[in-house]
Amino acid sequence: MTALVLALVFWIAAWGCNIWLANSRWRDTRAVRIIVPVLFGVTLLVLWEGIVQGLDVSQVILPPPSLVAQTFATSLDILWTDFVQTVVKGAFRGFAIGAVAAFLCAIAIDRSAFLTRGLLPIGNFLAALPIVGVAPIMVNWFGFDWQSKAAVVVVMVFFPILVNTVQGLKSSEAMQRDLMRTYAASYTQTLFKLRLPAAMPFIFNGLKIATTLALIGAIVAEYFGSPTRGMGFRISTAVGSLSIDLVWAEIAVAAMVGTSAYGVMAWIERRVTFWHPSHRN
Amino acid sequence: MRNLLPILTVLGGILVLWYLSVAPMNIRVALDQAERAGADIVPEGSVERRAVPAWRLMADNRDHVRAGYQLDRPRLPTPAQVGQELWKTTGEMALNGRAWSKRSLIYHAWITLHSTLWGFALGTAVGILGAVAIVYSRVADMSLMPWAIISQTIPIVALAPMIIVVSSQLGVEGRGLPKAIISAYLCFFPVLVGMVKGLRAPETSQLDLLKTYDANGWQSFFKLRLPASLPFLFTSLKVGVAAALVGTIVGELPTGAISGLGARILIGDQFGTPLAIWSALFAAAILAGLLVTLLDLVQRLALGRMGARA
Repeated sequence: MTALVLALVFWIAAWGCNIWLANSRWRDTRAVRIIVPVLFGVTLLVLWEGIVQGLDVSQVILPPPSLVAQTFATSLDILWTDFVQTVVKGAFRGFAIGAVAAFLCAIAIDRSAFLTRGLLPIGNFLAALPIVGVAPIMVNWFGFDWQSKAAVVVVMVFFPILVNTVQGLKSSEAMQRDLMRTYAASYTQTLFKLRLPAAMPFIFNGLKIATTLALIGAIVAEYFGSPTRGMGFRISTAVGSLSIDLVWAEIAVAAMVGTSAYGVMAWIERRVTFWHPSHRN
Repeated sequence: MRNLLPILTVLGGILVLWYLSVAPMNIRVALDQAERAGADIVPEGSVERRAVPAWRLMADNRDHVRAGYQLDRPRLPTPAQVGQELWKTTGEMALNGRAWSKRSLIYHAWITLHSTLWGFALGTAVGILGAVAIVYSRVADMSLMPWAIISQTIPIVALAPMIIVVSSQLGVEGRGLPKAIISAYLCFFPVLVGMVKGLRAPETSQLDLLKTYDANGWQSFFKLRLPASLPFLFTSLKVGVAAALVGTIVGELPTGAISGLGARILIGDQFGTPLAIWSALFAAAILAGLLVTLLDLVQRLALGRMGARA
């Protein structure tokens, strides 16, 4: 019971601290902007630990974060092989192929206004569909190893990136295009100097959406058959044998991969679109 | 309607591509079947053919290419086959009065729709409440917003099998609730982001005007912020309902569910009936289209009544 009480005390203290910080005169400093959400996250973990320990929740239902961290540390080799199989081989390759294909397709389609008008609604619709459902079909076509996972990822990331790129290529203003014409700029020059840079915020938006989709696709495809490694494989077998702490360790890996992939994308975006109003101070 | 012709052209192009790729995709299965039936195939034997590219097989066995379009268990079914299967499991069964049979896609679509709507309601409620908290409280803004973004970079599917195991151990009957939780998880984010934007949409001068009227917090919320946020709300609801459907189907896929469109995909995979997978996929697409269209109609009606210009 003491664990629960301690956790509750910590919660109230952290809450008070956050309220004080958010209304203090340092509230717009960078440090406070980082400390407040981090404190919130830590509080969630402490509460979780306190509730599990204090109320004696069975480990089969919800293991405490400390146990998950322990499992994480002791099964690093398993987690690493799964990471390589699912993320590096499946998700990353699929993401690269899908993104390049969608990008090239978008540039090709963009030359025809007619095709663009037809493709945008269809692409938008397809991007909203539960495309993960093609996972069993791809496993059937490309076999159990990473190729089928990459194929699912390609299909999943293709449409969001395609739609965003096409929309981005249309986003330069008529005035700017006219200016390029008065410079006697060719199609390629206009594309590389004006329209692609103008499209970058849209393209990165699509890429950021696609990072999460890529992970989802690679993991779900493993539920339909995989070699005896991979995050999806491990999760489904570990759930079957009720080693829930290992499942949570895999989830922690997935969360770290997802968040850092998103972070890397956002970082590159800031480098590439430094001129965009949302990044200027 | 200006876009109708281009859309039809693109759809037509997709159909043509689809029909063209059926032949190379199915040629091996078709040749295996023809050989078993006693036909002469070049080269003989399924194992020898594995090394030969599909176009060679098609060129050498021209008479059997057609058979690839009529297989019972094709690697890639034709659009017509998928359409027939869809009609057989929906319209035809409904006409025979068996719309709610366990073999009917209408029944499975209903199960999926049920969870989707619960997840949608739950996700929308969480999203709106979260947005109100974020707009009105600095602490919530600073602590919740980053985590809302991080939550969407975590692949929920990793959690799906576990949510189902845990809820069954906690004594929750059936799979409705865990599926709804997964779909709410995917659905709340677009609503949250849209509503934060919407509730912050009123300009300072408008807020100031209400202050000169001596309006209290409730009044300025219900008379200004909420109405101003409705266009944003509807846009994000349309994204949210599609996300909720994705969530439900993801919740059905890896968990050994027996009813629902995701379960049909799973069962089609286990029994090796590709037509069942394809028709379930298309049923899901149709369901998503219907939900989004419905919300679009509600949006037009609501915004029209509020005097927004179309």
